[in-house]
Amino acid sequence: MNVSIFITCLGDSYFPRASIAAVKVLERLGCRVDFPAAQTCCGQPMFNNGFHDDARVLARRMIGVFEHSERVVTVSGSCASMIREYYPGLFAGDEEMRGRAARLAGKTFEFGEFLVRELNVDLAALGARSRGRTTYHYSCHLRGLGVTDEAVRLIGQIGGVEFAPLGGAEQCCGFGGTFATKYPAISGKMARDKAEAIRATCAARIVSSEPGCTMNLAGACRRYGIETEFTSLAELIAESLGLMEGGGARG
Amino acid sequence: MRMDDAHPLDVPLPYDIRPRAARAVADIKLQQFVGHATSSKDHGRREAFAAAFGERAEEVKRLAGEIKQHTLDHLDWYLDLFIMRAEAVGVRVHYAADGAEANRIALEIARSNSCRLCVKSKSMVTEETGLLGVLEGAGIETIETDLGEFILQLDHDAPSHIVTPMIHKDRTAVGRAFARELGVGYTDDPEKLAGIARDHLRAKYRAADLGISGANFLIAETGSIVLCTNEGNGRFCTSAPRVHIAFAGIEKLIPRVQNLGVMLKVLARSATAQPLTCYTSIITGPRRHDDVDGPEEVHLILLDNGRTEILREETRELLRCIRCGACLNACPVYRRVGGHAYGSVYSGPIGAVITPLLKGLENYPDLPHATSLCGACFEACPVKIDLPRQLIRLRERQVERGITTWGEKLVMRAWAWSLKGSWRYAVASRIQRAVVRELAALGGAAWRGGDGYADRAWIARGPGPLKAWTDERDFPTPVSSSFRDWWSGENRA
Repeated sequence: MNVSIFITCLGDSYFPRASIAAVKVLERLGCRVDFPAAQTCCGQPMFNNGFHDDARVLARRMIGVFEHSERVVTVSGSCASMIREYYPGLFAGDEEMRGRAARLAGKTFEFGEFLVRELNVDLAALGARSRGRTTYHYSCHLRGLGVTDEAVRLIGQIGGVEFAPLGGAEQCCGFGGTFATKYPAISGKMARDKAEAIRATCAARIVSSEPGCTMNLAGACRRYGIETEFTSLAELIAESLGLMEGGGARG
Repeated sequence: MRMDDAHPLDVPLPYDIRPRAARAVADIKLQQFVGHATSSKDHGRREAFAAAFGERAEEVKRLAGEIKQHTLDHLDWYLDLFIMRAEAVGVRVHYAADGAEANRIALEIARSNSCRLCVKSKSMVTEETGLLGVLEGAGIETIETDLGEFILQLDHDAPSHIVTPMIHKDRTAVGRAFARELGVGYTDDPEKLAGIARDHLRAKYRAADLGISGANFLIAETGSIVLCTNEGNGRFCTSAPRVHIAFAGIEKLIPRVQNLGVMLKVLARSATAQPLTCYTSIITGPRRHDDVDGPEEVHLILLDNGRTEILREETRELLRCIRCGACLNACPVYRRVGGHAYGSVYSGPIGAVITPLLKGLENYPDLPHATSLCGACFEACPVKIDLPRQLIRLRERQVERGITTWGEKLVMRAWAWSLKGSWRYAVASRIQRAVVRELAALGGAAWRGGDGYADRAWIARGPGPLKAWTDERDFPTPVSSSFRDWWSGENRA
């Protein structure tokens, strides 16, 4: 299967290992991965803040960039949901663009979802092994994708991992894009509560499917002296398959 | 637990949510009460839906939503039918364009019947119109009979939740209010407190000559008013006094009695995780010749107050709302800030959308933004209102109308500009990485890595735009080598 990787603007500069890991895992699973270099951002920040003309320009751009891709996979649940849930609606009055948007929406997947639903991956059969007590943060934007426990199932297929469920998993971590800086008191309280839930798991490692949540929660954990190491689902799987070095100790 | 000296919902406009939100977040008791009550109700709702409907829960919600949507799509027709049928059974139907008119109509009815004492059951619409103050101002003693509302009335406080009005208080606050206002000894034993309230209220029911209620549903085919309560107070208020006035928003209609089956099931489960509320009253006209009790007159005041504006296609789904409060219980923001922080009668996600629509987006510019758009409300909603989409739509309207601050506009437009071309993006991304890393270096950040990145630093106190972020948590620097660098380094391009 041919897969185009969509790395997202945040992922490119802040969490490149997640997309690097995704490329390695997808290739290990037999996919041919390409990186359309003209990609920038899905337009979610503009869309969520009401700047829909700007979001439309960026959506049009993305639709063109990935027009000929067979599948588009991204390690960000929220960027996938932007394309899947909102792109077609951005072109309400334009049948042609709406159709093109719907086609992109139909072939775009979040990484964990893609592994489970499209590739029917069994990590145990591939000999995936890791170690340590591990928990998982469920990102809100996976809701819109209909993604529920895909990541937890994948983590469960990795030998040697002790899984510790996170309390209050369905509660948002407080990131919400510009919400985090517009309403720091509310966002900060949500982040703190989530960080304390992470502390309570006594996990050595927390897995996330969303760079935005990772940025927020890793920052909150550092602030409150919580030692849990953050990793993306793609990195965890890449490491467990021996495709990538482990994350190493926290500084 | 009062947050201000003034009435909690008497707020200066345009309303700024930040000060109240910050106080609420720091209020340990509020965090405990609201956090505990909402999470247990949210949990209960999920269990109740799963137990009753299993895999078909989403189907049931879709059906409930479609019943309401269908009614709204043909609202003029159903309103005409309802009014005709209600008048045929002796209900006097009034139409009020706004809250003031609704209150005026109620006051006229009370005066022409020489009413002196009013018992009132819980109604969000009368909170919306501010009826209580109007009746009391006119010298008509008015008693809230819903236990929660009764306590709030004694405490000169306002409801902070659509279904559980005193969610922000605990029983010690109730004990203090009773001791102070009713002249009884202090107790915080819930059973004794309920007993005190019951004794006090029974005497009022017997003496009252006016009963006021809301309406959970209006049935078009029969002209009936449906009331759901758990304390039986709604039944007292609408059967003992001579005159009954019901307040209802025009969106409360459903076509047929048969539709109540699904609507009552989803309402009770969503609101309180019950299979049904303890009392469901279907009121069809005033007392008949052979009835042993019931009012001599039943009036229904149909309130618009901005609803026909919301009826336009893009926001119509909001009028499906059955005021169950499930979105409040599910909302991570509501759980932290409580209801009063929304500065209006309707709080939580549904309040964040309808308050700006009912009372002006320019008056409540914060409400559509003070949310992380997590979607928990959409998932909880028993009539499938896409609240996140509606919140985004309001943000879009703010940009269209130019109510956005110039600072935000500048940042968003510049950010968007930098993303609209490959070269712009490449340059802007490099500059952004260099600037944030330089800021970290200037701040003396240690490049100690962590989380798999050898050259990451964390900024603990950032300047300018980073300040709000770092007030609450550390900010990571970008790493020196991006995905693009890796991809071209691997010679894949």
